[in-house]
Amino acid sequence: MTKKIHLKRKGKEAEPTNEVATSSEASENEEEEDLLQAVKDPGEDSTDDEGIDQEYHSDSSEELEFESDEEGNYLGRKQSSSAEDDDDEEQSSDEEEDESADSEEKDEVSASTSKKIQPEEKPSSSTSSGATKKGAATKELPKRESQSKPEYQDSDTSDEEDIRNTVGNIPMHWYDEYKHIGYDWDAKKIVKPPQGDQIDEFLRKIEDPDFWRTVKDPLTGQDVRLTDEDIALIKRIVSGRIPNKDHEEYEPWIEWFTSEVEKMPIKNVPDHKRSFLPSVSEKKRVSRMVHALKMGWMKTTEEVQREKQAKRGPKFYMLWETDTAREHMRRIHDPVSAPKRDLPGHAESYNPPPEYLFDAKETKEWLKLKDEPHKRKLHFMPQKFKSLREVPAYSRYLRERFLRCLDLYLCPRAKRVKLNIDAEYLIPKLPSPLWEIATGRCIRTIETDEVVRCVAWCPNPKLSIIAVATGNRLLLVNPKVGDKVLVKKTDDLLAEAPSQDVIESERIKTAVQWSNAEADEQEKGVRVVITHFKPIRQVTWHGRGDYLATVMPEGANRSALIHQLSKRRSQIPFSKSKGLIQFVLFHPVKPCFFVATQHNIRIYDLVKQELVKKLLTNSKWISGMSIHPKGDNLLVSTYDKKMLWFDLDLSTKPYQTMRLHRNAVRSVAFHLRYPLFASGSDDQAVIVSHGMVYNDLLQNPLIVPLKKLQTHEKRDEFGVLDVNWHPVQPWVFSTGADCTIRLYT
Amino acid sequence: MRRPKKYEAGEATQYISRRAALRKLQLSLNDFRRLCILKGVYPREPKHRRRAQKGSSEIKVLYHTKDIRFLLHESIVWTLRDYKIFAKKSNRDRAIKDFRNLKRRLALFPEIKLDHIVKERYPTFIDALKDLDDCLTLLFLFSTFPSLHLIPREQSNLCRRLTIEFLHYVIASKSLRKVFISIKGYYFQAEIKGQKVTWIVPHYYPFKPQSRQEVDFKVMSIFVEFYTIMLGFTNFRLFHGLNLAYPPQFPSSVLQDSEESLKDEASFVSDRIAALNFELLRTDKVQEDEEELDIDMELLEQDGDSKRIIKMKQEAQEVSRLRTLFKGLKFFINREVPREPLVILIRSFGGKVSWDSSVFAGSAYDESDETITHQIVDRPSLATQYISRDYVQPQWLFDCVNQRQLLPTNKYFLGEKLPPHLSPFVDSKRDTYIPPEEKALLDPSLIETHAQSDDDSEDEAEKEEEETVDQELLDAQLQLAYQQETAEYKKYGGPDGVNEDEEDPEEDDEEDDDDDEEEEEEVDEKTKRLQQEKQKMSVQSGKVHKVNKRQVHKAEVDEHRLQARMVKPRHRNLFRKLIREKQTKEKEEWLLRKKRRTIEAGEKEARKTAKREARKEAAAAAAKASKLGK
Repeated sequence: MTKKIHLKRKGKEAEPTNEVATSSEASENEEEEDLLQAVKDPGEDSTDDEGIDQEYHSDSSEELEFESDEEGNYLGRKQSSSAEDDDDEEQSSDEEEDESADSEEKDEVSASTSKKIQPEEKPSSSTSSGATKKGAATKELPKRESQSKPEYQDSDTSDEEDIRNTVGNIPMHWYDEYKHIGYDWDAKKIVKPPQGDQIDEFLRKIEDPDFWRTVKDPLTGQDVRLTDEDIALIKRIVSGRIPNKDHEEYEPWIEWFTSEVEKMPIKNVPDHKRSFLPSVSEKKRVSRMVHALKMGWMKTTEEVQREKQAKRGPKFYMLWETDTAREHMRRIHDPVSAPKRDLPGHAESYNPPPEYLFDAKETKEWLKLKDEPHKRKLHFMPQKFKSLREVPAYSRYLRERFLRCLDLYLCPRAKRVKLNIDAEYLIPKLPSPLWEIATGRCIRTIETDEVVRCVAWCPNPKLSIIAVATGNRLLLVNPKVGDKVLVKKTDDLLAEAPSQDVIESERIKTAVQWSNAEADEQEKGVRVVITHFKPIRQVTWHGRGDYLATVMPEGANRSALIHQLSKRRSQIPFSKSKGLIQFVLFHPVKPCFFVATQHNIRIYDLVKQELVKKLLTNSKWISGMSIHPKGDNLLVSTYDKKMLWFDLDLSTKPYQTMRLHRNAVRSVAFHLRYPLFASGSDDQAVIVSHGMVYNDLLQNPLIVPLKKLQTHEKRDEFGVLDVNWHPVQPWVFSTGADCTIRLYT
Repeated sequence: MRRPKKYEAGEATQYISRRAALRKLQLSLNDFRRLCILKGVYPREPKHRRRAQKGSSEIKVLYHTKDIRFLLHESIVWTLRDYKIFAKKSNRDRAIKDFRNLKRRLALFPEIKLDHIVKERYPTFIDALKDLDDCLTLLFLFSTFPSLHLIPREQSNLCRRLTIEFLHYVIASKSLRKVFISIKGYYFQAEIKGQKVTWIVPHYYPFKPQSRQEVDFKVMSIFVEFYTIMLGFTNFRLFHGLNLAYPPQFPSSVLQDSEESLKDEASFVSDRIAALNFELLRTDKVQEDEEELDIDMELLEQDGDSKRIIKMKQEAQEVSRLRTLFKGLKFFINREVPREPLVILIRSFGGKVSWDSSVFAGSAYDESDETITHQIVDRPSLATQYISRDYVQPQWLFDCVNQRQLLPTNKYFLGEKLPPHLSPFVDSKRDTYIPPEEKALLDPSLIETHAQSDDDSEDEAEKEEEETVDQELLDAQLQLAYQQETAEYKKYGGPDGVNEDEEDPEEDDEEDDDDDEEEEEEVDEKTKRLQQEKQKMSVQSGKVHKVNKRQVHKAEVDEHRLQARMVKPRHRNLFRKLIREKQTKEKEEWLLRKKRRTIEAGEKEARKTAKREARKEAAAAAAKASKLGK
């Protein structure tokens, strides 16, 4: 490997070394080989950079060699490093011997000396040639000085060698950190001349009259005083004139080649014949071209250019043959076209009506929502311009277009059914024709002594009786409305008590006592009074109108009682109580008995005397219930503001839960004939609702609240206690905590 | 049989995340984006996101698996890969300075072909027209762009060319329907083959340097790349539909051999084309057949007169009127007015237009032409004016088009304060706020009343003010006379006095108990009468009525609220939302109305004070004059 290197170096360095050899004074006798040898010599030079160089070497030796060849400075170092390589040592030493065989002399010339040679030579060579070399300006100066001005040498304390640059043409800042610049012949460091600080410089500036012409030589670090000649030269260069003042710019022109035609030829050879004849080959070539052009095989550059131009743009043709025909083609799956952008409204106009412009408050709000622009009422601020001329470009236009582009390719799309309905549509509608419950007027008020707990119409159409529960007493009242014959008949029927042929048990006797009403009560309409042993909570009629059941919550196992009107006697159906009974009800058609306890409703079969079903209300406290005349639907009111609609065929859970009232619902009632039901609540309101049950089993019941009647007064948090319907007419009775029964027609 | 695992079937297999799609297509994200834009593939919103994302609930970009499989077979995917190869090779050439090879390679740049994609994305021509909105808006924007890093000049030049061609079609087919000057730009709506195509031409000059995160020109440039091809094909078909030569050309009559035209014919022609002011070369000889439309009308007449047909007929008549709105009018556009939008407007409704020849090439006549009927001006005053023409502001044209009739020009005169410019795109039958100007448009009878009412009411108010003093005087005199009369009457007595006494208590009972006391006291008959009269004045039957109304309203609201309670639970949220929307809408309407009222009141006040002051000044001047006269 090293051999190769040597060979290379030999070839390459031939020239410079030659020059050096010819012109040098110090090493005149040295030959090329010597120099190389010297350069190669490994023993001497061991610079600080060795380690680094070694690394270099091991990495990529060849490249480094290349560099070293050119600059020359690296040589020594490179060689030394290569020599120090353990593997190469022997080889290199061998080569040394080979080389040394060629050269006689074998001086101990260090690498540093070889370096020193160059600069030393240069001045001398330049003096001899008189021509400026590369980098001359700086290098020449000291030389000239030394020649022309001996006093300069005197002033310089150090010997001549010191002045010289021994490091060669390298960037001098490499030596910035060292105290020396290069080495002298004896391999001693050349110490940099003392560099004064700023004060020194300042003092020199004042003291030295030649300060202005003193320059620092970067190569040696010496101060150099410029001579007058130098200054003249610099001036000439600066003013753009030819540096050499001896050069004559305008010397007379010597015409070497004249325009005059001589009579005799300069050369006496006659021209060849073919120089007078047109070229055949060219003619052939031209004719071939012409033919090619004619045939269109070849094109002129202009045509080519034009074609290229035409080729570059897109070509358009009739892509769709008709407007609507679609060619079968594989397309995107289930395409969803992007919705179009909203069209602008009045607010976007450049000259909108004044009300669309923002006032101060709106502007403030608009600006405040800078971070959440989607919350803004408008995505832009309406502006008004006096004329079209004043309208500037919209600053966010580009951004808007960009966002639209993003929408088009990045926004997930899906087909959605957009609901374009009015809110009213969601409210259940009444089937027409709708009968009239237009007026809510009170016809008659019957005063009672105690708090009215419950009222119930006799379902028998031949009787005009209301059962009214007040306190311990159950009053059978003739309301004296409707047919007078009927009223009379009822009075007659209730006037006389039937004979009692069945002996009652003690349990019943202690619970109930039947009696006719007294005279003053008779006037009000009360006919029969059934006195119970505990306050009656509720009274209900059987569908035929002969039986009625009462509830006394405090009655323990006797809390539910069934009375027979025709025979004026009573029974107690349950021997054991299953909870606090709230409400009882007869089924209108079947022999069933509904009993509502606090949480649940139980349905008993009266004939079989067994439990049929248990309805789960999921409410805290049931207050009342009512059954639809067809018997399949049950309405339950609870104290937790709800009304529950049970479809008995469907399930034991409510079909619909209604929250119409604002307070505890006290009672509910179905109308016998019309699809109506009413509910009374502690918010003093009676709500009449439409509750249609269809014969078609598939159709679900329709429930629509109709009217809110709010005439009752509030008393101790209680409002309406009970409601009921007239069997035929859409008249509602309601009893309230204000001790009144009200009749709405 | 193996039981399928979770997410091996159903919705999870229908969707594919973007990462998976990239992996499947073997493309980089940039290439994938480009492909998606060109092919019109977009992410999908799954019915059930959790299920579609195989259980993960974060929101990912999901594509339909079938779409991605569809992309797999696309030929431009290979072109995209070729791009990559091309870039690598040419970069290598450049690096090793092999310029000969580089030049050869540059000539072989893989061109992307989009024709088949246009056909594929728009199976019918009508589909393409439906999607023309975004295309036109973007191209009109790009046609104004300077040469940018990601937008070569060629692209913006092509955009300009194509948009101009499209405008030529709009003018030739007279399909423009609605126009609107917004703060964002000019909105144009044309009806092409039954499709409403709306586009925006931005105000000059829309380009502003944008930061990368604000606007990514690369994305837009890809869109434009596709849209140019699409609009080119669309233009081709549209031009052929009108029997126009497609790359638009002029008949030889327009191209007279002038010095200018001979110098550089290509640029001369392209300038004239951009001017939009000349008829284009037709491929057939027949000119203007309006019979087609008439035939349609006749057909409609035969069909009978159901409401819909009558409506259609009206519409057709209106459109035919609109198409000849500016026929016979000659316009001149002043240099400060934006030329292009107005030229489109005027020419597509049959008017003739010109401008100063130094503004743009292709002007037809000079400003000094005496036959010009209207000059469009947008400056406060003008030095030289011709009596023969109307000087109107540009908004006049826009308003005329939107109302489909020539409006009186007096409101739009030079330097006049313009009436509000209303959007033609809002539905006139909507239930939100309608500004009074629009109301006036809908009901022509309101126009005058609205305009006059202001002045009238103002005058009345002024008169009232003037007369109040006189009135008071007169009243006082009358009162005096009346008192005298009654006093006389009392003195001499009369048969009717008793009757009057009888009447009084009835009325008093109704009204107040205080009156009874007063009656007991002996008061002069005169004062009693006065009081009576006062009471008569004060008793208002309306008061009772009002209470009723409120009650009725309250009952209605109550009932409505009750019924609203019965909304099915699954609709309850929707119902609430709808109600809320309705309420906000109402609130907005109310707000606008209120604002308008206050503005108008303020204006009126200002005008009144101005007038009063003017009058005062006049009076003062008159007084001075009279003094001087004395």
